Amino acid sequence: MNVALRRTGEWTPAIVVFVLAIAAWEGAIVAFHIQQFLLPKPSDIVSSFWTDRHTLWPAGWYTFKEALGGFAGGSLAGILVATLIGRFRTIGPAVMPLAIAANAIPIIAFAPIADVWFNPLSPVSKMAIAGVLCFLPVMVNTLRGLQRASPRQIELMRSYAASDLDIWRRVRIPTALPFVFTALKVSSVLAMIGAIVGEYFGGAFNALGVLIRSDAQILDFQTAWAGILVASLLGLALYGAVALLERIVVRWAPAARDS
Amino acid sequence: MSSDLVVSIAGVTKTFPRGNVTALQDIDLALTHGEFVSLIGPSGCGKSTLLRVIGDLIEPSAGTVTVNGKSARQARIDRDYGIVFQDAVLFDWRTVAKNIALPLEMLGWDRERRKARVEEMLDLVELGSFGEHHPWQLSGGMQQRVSIARALSFEPALLLMDEPFGALDEMTRERLNLELLSIWETLGSTVIFVTHSISEAVFLSTKVVVMSPRPGRIAGTIDVDLPRPRAAETREDPHYFELVTAVRELLRKRGQHLLPEEEPL
Repeated sequence: MNVALRRTGEWTPAIVVFVLAIAAWEGAIVAFHIQQFLLPKPSDIVSSFWTDRHTLWPAGWYTFKEALGGFAGGSLAGILVATLIGRFRTIGPAVMPLAIAANAIPIIAFAPIADVWFNPLSPVSKMAIAGVLCFLPVMVNTLRGLQRASPRQIELMRSYAASDLDIWRRVRIPTALPFVFTALKVSSVLAMIGAIVGEYFGGAFNALGVLIRSDAQILDFQTAWAGILVASLLGLALYGAVALLERIVVRWAPAARDS
Repeated sequence: MSSDLVVSIAGVTKTFPRGNVTALQDIDLALTHGEFVSLIGPSGCGKSTLLRVIGDLIEPSAGTVTVNGKSARQARIDRDYGIVFQDAVLFDWRTVAKNIALPLEMLGWDRERRKARVEEMLDLVELGSFGEHHPWQLSGGMQQRVSIARALSFEPALLLMDEPFGALDEMTRERLNLELLSIWETLGSTVIFVTHSISEAVFLSTKVVVMSPRPGRIAGTIDVDLPRPRAAETREDPHYFELVTAVRELLRKRGQHLLPEEEPL
């Protein structure tokens, strides 16, 4: 069987479940006369998604850029700090437990504070929230990956009189890459959450989170749901882009080859 | 003849400060060019430590190690030896060919030269068509052959092997023993081979060095004067059994209750 066909075959069950779930949603609302403010029909949400495209889509793009900025900044900072800690091993034991503990803090709770620190109307305040959300998982996982290098592989490199830089390039970084990408996938989702929730506490009038909140306040749930759809699609797109990059960069990982 | 000495160890002692363990005590050993020497002994006798001291991967607490007429440190920097571990220690992110080429990259060989040598090595270990595979696609025995090819790719004068076939099944092990011997006879390098298998040590070696534990020291040396080239029939030679018994006796006498695992002949 050719590969494309087999791929389609792998996806079929998921597609069937998705279509059935949407149909059940639509059917249940008609059958049980569920009020549209409780849950609108998928078909209504999709039609709002189209008719309100002139406000929703640019708003989505605006928020997406905030999420992207936070994702890029937070992840980059996470990778850099992890590299520094990995390089100077003495600070590792001092920082690691704190980082893991900090990772358990619901950072999103700081959203109103970030609005005070930065101008709530500027995208920077949302980037800050998204960035802080992304930072810790990327930092912790990258460091874990860097420390996962096999002692035997390092011993082998030393038998070739390899420099520290050689060992980093040829052992530590390749070992860490799958860990980094796992973290990047997680943080791509967190970035979108951070940007939107940040906007719930206030933001520019043309931001997606602000739109969703104000639509819900004026009981325009259909548009609010359409906004959620936009957010979901953009979140999926970012996640998908990272996953694609992972496939290109980490082709070797035994885990990647059978997923 | 001193110019023929590949490895010369004098008064080497290694203590690990943690737990104050004496891993090696007063080791003296000399290897001449073309020898195949096995280090055998129960766990804790320091045979792997000794191998790493020769490779300058562990520094001795006292004594001197000379490899190819220079210090062990200088020999490592000059890439005078190749090493093979119990696990193949292959890099998953590299193809088989690129794994073999790793030391050649470190030596700064250009692409053409690397490619030609990798082809040769793949043929030598009979993995000709597997160059573009990734390590995880190979069996344990094949992986270990890649590891041997990598260690030999830059033609080091000395090959250090740390229980290279210890994780393999008996049949694969015996086949790889024969392959290793034929490679060794082709290349004429010097081999130091750590093992805990008496039969393997006797079958492969020109000399078996028996070590005893706590502290690790050399209990005795047995010259293996079996005819060459060795073949599957060697294992049925009465003199082979005598030598196996001699090694076992030496282990028993010096190791007391600390015998290596008994194995069927």
